[in-house]
Amino acid sequence: MKSRMKKIFLLSLFSISLLLSAGCGSSAEGKNGEVIVYNWGEYLDPETIRLFEDETGIKVIYDEFETNEVMFPKVEAGATEYDVICPSDYMIQKLLENDLLAELDFDNIPNAKANIGKQYWEQSTEFDPENKYSVPYCWGTVGILYNKTMVEEPVDSWSILWDEKYKDNILMQDSVRDAFMVGLKLNGYSMNSTDAGELETAKNALIQQKPLVQAYVVDQVRDKMIGNEAAIGVIYSGEAIYTQRENPDLEYVIPKEGTNVWIDSWVIAKNAPNKENGEKFIDFMCRPDIALMNFEYITYSTPNDAARELIEDDDIRNSSIAFPDLTQYQNLETFRYLGEEADQIYNELWKEIKSE
Amino acid sequence: MKNNRLMGKLFSSPYIVWAVIFILVPLGMVFYYGLTDKTGAFTLENVTAIMTAEHAKALWISLGLSLISTVICFFLAYPLAMILANMNVNQHSFIVLIFILPMWMNFLLRTLAWQTLLEKTGVINSILSFLHLPVLNIINTPYAIILGMVYNFLPFMVLPIYNSLVKIDANVVNAAKDLGANSIQTFFKITLPLSIPGIISGITMVFIPALTTFVISKLLGGSKILLIGNVIEEEFTQAGNWHLGSGLSIVLMIFIIINMAVSAIFDKDGEGSFL
Repeated sequence: MKSRMKKIFLLSLFSISLLLSAGCGSSAEGKNGEVIVYNWGEYLDPETIRLFEDETGIKVIYDEFETNEVMFPKVEAGATEYDVICPSDYMIQKLLENDLLAELDFDNIPNAKANIGKQYWEQSTEFDPENKYSVPYCWGTVGILYNKTMVEEPVDSWSILWDEKYKDNILMQDSVRDAFMVGLKLNGYSMNSTDAGELETAKNALIQQKPLVQAYVVDQVRDKMIGNEAAIGVIYSGEAIYTQRENPDLEYVIPKEGTNVWIDSWVIAKNAPNKENGEKFIDFMCRPDIALMNFEYITYSTPNDAARELIEDDDIRNSSIAFPDLTQYQNLETFRYLGEEADQIYNELWKEIKSE
Repeated sequence: MKNNRLMGKLFSSPYIVWAVIFILVPLGMVFYYGLTDKTGAFTLENVTAIMTAEHAKALWISLGLSLISTVICFFLAYPLAMILANMNVNQHSFIVLIFILPMWMNFLLRTLAWQTLLEKTGVINSILSFLHLPVLNIINTPYAIILGMVYNFLPFMVLPIYNSLVKIDANVVNAAKDLGANSIQTFFKITLPLSIPGIISGITMVFIPALTTFVISKLLGGSKILLIGNVIEEEFTQAGNWHLGSGLSIVLMIFIIINMAVSAIFDKDGEGSFL
């Protein structure tokens, strides 16, 4: 009797431990430990991870997110401990305000200060005032991608997204801040507005636009524009070069009303279990040859001046899409984190638009 | 006797552990989040939030679309299940396999495939325009969502109905015929009433996933039609408001429980249960 009880106990213990180990699922560590990286989907050349592992003996555990908003609660909840994360500007500010980031030790990241251009450090001060927490990885603008065979008139304004002619031929971004950026900029407001009246105007504009929109998508803008599914789409500049390579009929413009100049940077989480390995990873990503590999793979503009020098193709090195001269555009802004209350207002208004 | 009970406990313990960790704990968390606010104080606000215009509309559309899909599934599935049930054994196992086969493929992949098929420049429209036929424009409309629901959930309607049809004793049908009933009378007086348990569980198995889906509307509806599943998903992923998301999930659970209660009344013996 007693032995049977013991058996039951052992069996249930066994099943619990089985469940737990299945949950953790950690495979063999590299000889110098591991680093857990949380990055955007398709946002680096997988080959660079292999090179990093070979050179340093640190095993990379790689995880991806689709939007900043999806990333934040996962990092905040702390259920999965990440070392290196790659959020955008305003989300870095939000992470900082919530005390979720660790100060970087730049002695371990010599390639960062050496290779990243000065203006990008300056731009970063908008969300990381003393450049202590983040290292720029990619930057770019948001603009209109259009198909020259389907759009006749010159495109230079957000207002084309409200043109009845292109009903069912317009792709909008399916994320709150990006969609509102378009609505606010169209009306000449700041994209960081928290003014109730301005937000209401932007909301009404977006509601008015909805019947013309074919679909609200995030990453799919790229494939749909390449496949001639739509005539006009709102897209990140980094995707533009790739889409043009695949479909030469596509053209990218920065609208005259201004747009979002964004920057995605490497940061390290406060509760990072492998902070030093994380810094090694960031340093590796800042090496000119590695940054070049990543640029050529993902085609998002690199802030790494040394890497840009290495680009062989003149057209790409001086491309006005990848490396625009920002001084010739007006009303360029970078997203700021607006606080929890404003976030909630944006989300409410977005829901009203989506349920219209 | 004592031994038997012990063995029973022994074998059920893995499942009990499983149920506690993966069903009871998450359910408790949904209720905890749904009935509290950010400060942790008790509130019903997240549940009553279903009354706001946007949420009520989303729920209404979800109920409507899943009801339509369930009805379409039923009318497609019943004749099919009858054909399957009347076939001889060798043939029907093959046909049943054909029906289950697509379910071996990932649900997301199959839905993405429909997107490629239905797109403006997609496969179906390329063929239609090649044949100089008018093109089909249903992608990103409610029709595409219904199509996606019917396609994905049809096997869940066919199989329970099929199961309850093959269980009908041939003697009962023969007796009805002996007593002079024609085939239409036999169907309505004998076959249909005896297959009700299968119909009810088929309805449950189609209606509930259709009501709660958010992927189908996102992929085939172009995110333009907000279903209640999308609202809940966005509260968790985009807005980061787990309390509201959980509160709305509780409302959705009420509908699911009503549906399951109805099916429990009709299907007392678990006859129509799946597979």
